[in-house]
Amino acid sequence: MDQLFEMGAHVGEPGIVIAAYVAAAVLFILCLGGLSGQESAKRAVWYGIAGMALAVAAAVFSPGTGHLWIIALMLIVGAGVGSVLAKRVQMTEMPQLVAALHSFVGLAAVFIGFSTHIELAGLADLMGLISDPQKAMEALMGNAEAAAKLQAQAEGLTGFALKLVQKTPLEVSILRVETFLGVFIGAVTFTGSVVAFGKLAGKVDGKAKKLPGGHMLNAGAAILSLILLVVYVQTSAFWALALMTLAAFFIGYHLIMGIGGADMPVVVSMLNSYSGWAASAIGFSLGNDLLIVTGALVGSSGAILSYIMCKAMNRSFISVILGGFGGTTGPAMEVTGEQIAIDAEGVAAALNDADSVIIIPGYGMAVAQAQQSVSELTRKLRAKGKTVRFAIHPVAGRLPGHMNVLLAEAKVPYDIVLEMDEINEDFPSTDVAIVIGSNDIVNPAAQEDPNSPIAGMPVLECWKAKQVFVSKRGQGTGYSGIENPLFYKENTRMFYGDAKKSLDALLPMID
Amino acid sequence: MKIGALAEIFPGENRVAMTPDSAVALAKLGHSSVIQAGAGTKAGFTDAAYQAAGVTVLPDAAAVVAEADVLVKVRGPEQAEAQALRDGQTLISFFWPAQNPELLETVKARGATVVAMDMVPRISRAQKMDALSSMANIAGYRAVIEAGNNFGRFFTGQVTAAGKVPPAKVLVVGAGVAGLAAIGTSTSLGAITLAFDVRPEVAEQIESMGAEFVYLDFSETQTDGAATGGYAAPSSPEFREAQLKKFRELAPEVDIVITTALIPGRPAPKLWTADMVALMKRGSVIIDLAAERGGNCDLTVPDEKVVSDNGVTIVGYTDFPSRMATQASTLYSTNIRHMLTDLTPKKDGVINHNMEDDVIRGATVAKDGAITFPPPPPKIAAIAAQKPKEKAKELTPEEKRAEEKAAFAAQTKAQVTLLGIGTALILLVGYFAPSSFMSHFVVFMLACFVGFQVIWNVSHSLHTPLMAVTNAVSGIIILGALAQVGSTSVIITILAALSILIASINIVGGFLVTRRMLAMFQKS
Repeated sequence: MDQLFEMGAHVGEPGIVIAAYVAAAVLFILCLGGLSGQESAKRAVWYGIAGMALAVAAAVFSPGTGHLWIIALMLIVGAGVGSVLAKRVQMTEMPQLVAALHSFVGLAAVFIGFSTHIELAGLADLMGLISDPQKAMEALMGNAEAAAKLQAQAEGLTGFALKLVQKTPLEVSILRVETFLGVFIGAVTFTGSVVAFGKLAGKVDGKAKKLPGGHMLNAGAAILSLILLVVYVQTSAFWALALMTLAAFFIGYHLIMGIGGADMPVVVSMLNSYSGWAASAIGFSLGNDLLIVTGALVGSSGAILSYIMCKAMNRSFISVILGGFGGTTGPAMEVTGEQIAIDAEGVAAALNDADSVIIIPGYGMAVAQAQQSVSELTRKLRAKGKTVRFAIHPVAGRLPGHMNVLLAEAKVPYDIVLEMDEINEDFPSTDVAIVIGSNDIVNPAAQEDPNSPIAGMPVLECWKAKQVFVSKRGQGTGYSGIENPLFYKENTRMFYGDAKKSLDALLPMID
Repeated sequence: MKIGALAEIFPGENRVAMTPDSAVALAKLGHSSVIQAGAGTKAGFTDAAYQAAGVTVLPDAAAVVAEADVLVKVRGPEQAEAQALRDGQTLISFFWPAQNPELLETVKARGATVVAMDMVPRISRAQKMDALSSMANIAGYRAVIEAGNNFGRFFTGQVTAAGKVPPAKVLVVGAGVAGLAAIGTSTSLGAITLAFDVRPEVAEQIESMGAEFVYLDFSETQTDGAATGGYAAPSSPEFREAQLKKFRELAPEVDIVITTALIPGRPAPKLWTADMVALMKRGSVIIDLAAERGGNCDLTVPDEKVVSDNGVTIVGYTDFPSRMATQASTLYSTNIRHMLTDLTPKKDGVINHNMEDDVIRGATVAKDGAITFPPPPPKIAAIAAQKPKEKAKELTPEEKRAEEKAAFAAQTKAQVTLLGIGTALILLVGYFAPSSFMSHFVVFMLACFVGFQVIWNVSHSLHTPLMAVTNAVSGIIILGALAQVGSTSVIITILAALSILIASINIVGGFLVTRRMLAMFQKS
C-alpha cells in the first residue's frame, strides 16, 4: 500500500501545467476587461483564444490524460461544427445561438459530474482501504481474489482517479457536495437554455407559461433536491444524483417557460451566469483552479449583465426570475384617440426637410432584416449634411447590445450610435424621430401612467421630437402586450408595413 | 349623383363651395357637378374655368336646386333657400344648428338631409373635413395681415441708418387654430409674440409656434381641454379675475392684440375690457376674431372698424375668410370633397349616408324628415387626456448636501454590512472545511471579485460580444472532461468524450461569432 502514497506525492499537476493555467487565467481576465472599448475588444478576443488554447494544450499534455486519439477526434469534430455554426448564423439569430451554446456547457457539466460519481463509486473499496487500513485488511483477509483485484486496480490508477484516491473522508463528502452542485446547476442551465433557445427561435410560444402550482412546483423541486443532497452525501447513492438531475431539469424548464419574451435579455445573461457557476462547481470537484477562476469570471459577468438589464427595465431581478409583470395597482390608463397612417412620400418629405434625425431601432428591425436599408437611409441622409443618430435602449432587441451588433453588421458607424442616457435630452431639439420596430421602449405610459405594467421603466422620449414616424407591421401591441399611447400622439404618424419594405420604398424618394 | 353648388346670397360673402379642381376630384368619385352661373366669380373662378373642368353651368339657383341631388354651399341657408329644398335632397354647408332651430324645423318639414360642416366631430380622422379649422387658419393669418394694415410700424425690429425701430409686440388671446395661425404669421413677420389660453396644455403648442406663453399665477386646476372636445370651457370668476389682471399688466406694452377666444354655444367672453383699451398706446390695433359672437373686446362693433378715443383701432370684421376668398374657397371645397368622399365609400357615384359612422352621424343634423341634432357623443374621444405634470421639487443646497451625506452613509452602511456578512460566512465555511477546500475557495472568491470589477467597465454596446465571449470562455469546462477521458471505465470515457465534443463546439463557435461581431464595429 505504501506505493500508493508514493504515487500520490506527485499527483498534483506538474509546475509547468499550473503555470500554463495561471497564464490562461490572466489572459481570460484581460479578454473580458478588454471589452471596455470597440478597438481594444478586437485584441481582447485574441487573448481569450490564446488563453483557451493554452489551457487545453496544457490539459491534454499533462500526465495522466489518456485516449489522446479520442480527444483529437472530438476536438476536430467539435471545432468543425462550431465554426460552421458561427459562419452560417445570421446576426439576427445571435440570441438563439448564444442560448443554444449555453445549453452545451450545462450538459457538459452534467456529464462530467456523473463521470466523477462513477469514478468515485468504482474506487470505493480502494479508498476504504486507505482511510481505514486495519478494518479493510481484516475484510480482505482470506479473500485473495478480491485482494489481488484491488492491487491491480491500485496499480492501474491514472490522473483523475489517482487524485480522488488521496482524499480523506471529509474531503470526499465535500467532493460529493461539489459534484452534486455542479450537476444541479448544469442541469438547470441545460433545460433552461433549451427553452430559451426555443422561445428566441420562435419554436416555443414566447408568452409566459406556468404549470398549475406555479412557483410552488419550482420550490418543491428545489427542496427535493436539497433532501437528495443530504441523502447523496450520506449514502453516495446513484439514484439520489439521478433523481436530483431530473428535478433540476424540471426547474430549468419550468423557470424559463414562466418568463415572458420581453424579459429574454435578462434570461440569456442569467443563463450565461449559471453556465459559469456550473463550470466553477465542476472545478471544485476536480480540484482545478483554472476551472474555478474562469467559471467565477463568467458567473459574475453574467450576474452583472443581468443586473444591468434589470435596472434598465426598472424591474427587480427577483420579479424577472419569478416571471410576469407583477405589482400593478389599478387599471391602466385608457388610451384614446386614433392612430394616423402615413405613406412613404409623407415620410420622405419630412425627412428631406429635417436637419436632425434620430432613429430608434427595435426587435422589429431585426425581424424584418431591415438593418441594411436603415444603414442605406442613414448614409443618404448624412450625405445631404443632416445629423443622423441612433438611440439604443438598453433592452432593445432580445439580448443585450443586440441592436448595436445589427447596426454594426450593416456598417453603421458606431460613433453615431448612442445609448439612452446620452441622447434622451436631445429629442426636443430633433426634427424627426423614426421608430423602427420598437414598442415598449418608446412607450410614454412608462412615465405618464403609474398603473402601467411598465411604469417607471426608463424609455426613449421620442415623442418630444417635432415629428415621430413609427414603422410597424400592424396595430398590435408590443412583446409585453400593452397599449402604446405614443401611437396616438398628435405628432406621431404610423408608417405601416414590413420595416424593410417600407424603408426600401422610402429610399428612392430621399434626394 | 349630381352635386350642385349655389352662389352665396349673404351680402359680402365671396367664397364658393366648389372649385374647378374639386369638381374634377368629385368626378373621380363618380359624381357629376353643376354650378350656378357666376357663383365663383368673386372667389376668382370664372364660369369658363368650371366648364373646362366638366361642370355644367346653370343660369340660376332654381335650376341648380331642381337639377342637383346634393347641394353644396358655404354659408348656412336662408329661410328662402331652405324652403326651396325638396324631399330627399341633401345640403352640405355650415349650418349652426344650435343657433338656428327654426331653420332646422324648416329643413325637417321639407324632408331634406343636412350635413352641417360646423358639426364635424373633432377627431383625427375627420380633420380633413374640418372646415372650421381650415377657415380659422385663414382668419388667423388674415387677422395679422389686417392688423399690419392698420398698424403704423414695422413688425420686426430693425436698426437702420435712419434710426432704430423697435419690434412690434403682439398678444394673441386664445390659442385655437386661428390663434396658432396668428402666432405663426406674427412670429414669421418678426414681431415679439405673446400668447394666452385658459387651457394650460396648449402652452407647448404655443411655444412650438415660437410665441411666449403668458403664465398666470393661479393654482386652481383648469378643466382639461380634452373633456370638452378640445375646446375651452368657461372659467371660474376667480380665474377670470387673475386673467384680467394679467391683461391689464400687458395692455400698456402690447401694440397689437388679436383675440380669438370662443366658448362653444355661448357668446364670446369679454376679455379685453374698455379700461384695457384705454391703457393701450395710441396707434395700437385690436383685431377681434370673435366679433360675430359679440366680440372679446368691449368696444368691438361687429363688421366694422372703429377707433377709440385714445386712438386704438378696433377691427371687428366677421368675414376674414371671405376676404381671402380664393384661398378660402380652395380649402373649403376640399373639405366638402372629403366629406363627399366619406359619403361615397365605394367611389361609384352613389351616396351611402352611413349613420353608424361617427363623423357622418355627428355632422348630420337633419335626415329624412327628422332632426338628428344633437348627435350622441362620438365613440372615440378627440384627444388623449392630459395628466397633470408634477414638477420636481427644487432642493436647496443644504438639503442637497444633507441628502448626499445620507446617501453616502447609507452606502457605507450597506457595504460594511455586506462585508461583515460575507466575512462571517467565509469564517463559518473555514471552520468546517479542510484546508484543501479552502485554498480553492480563496481562488474562487478572488475570481468572483475580479469578475465583478472587470465587467462593470464593459461598454454597453459590447454586451452582446461580451456574452458571446464569456460563453466561449465557459467552454473551459472541457478541462474537466479532458481530465476524465483517460479513465479505465468505458462509461466515463464515453461521457467525457461527449463533453469534449460539445464543449469544443461551444469554444470555437463562441470565439468565432465574437470575432465576427467585433469585426463589424467601425468608426465613421
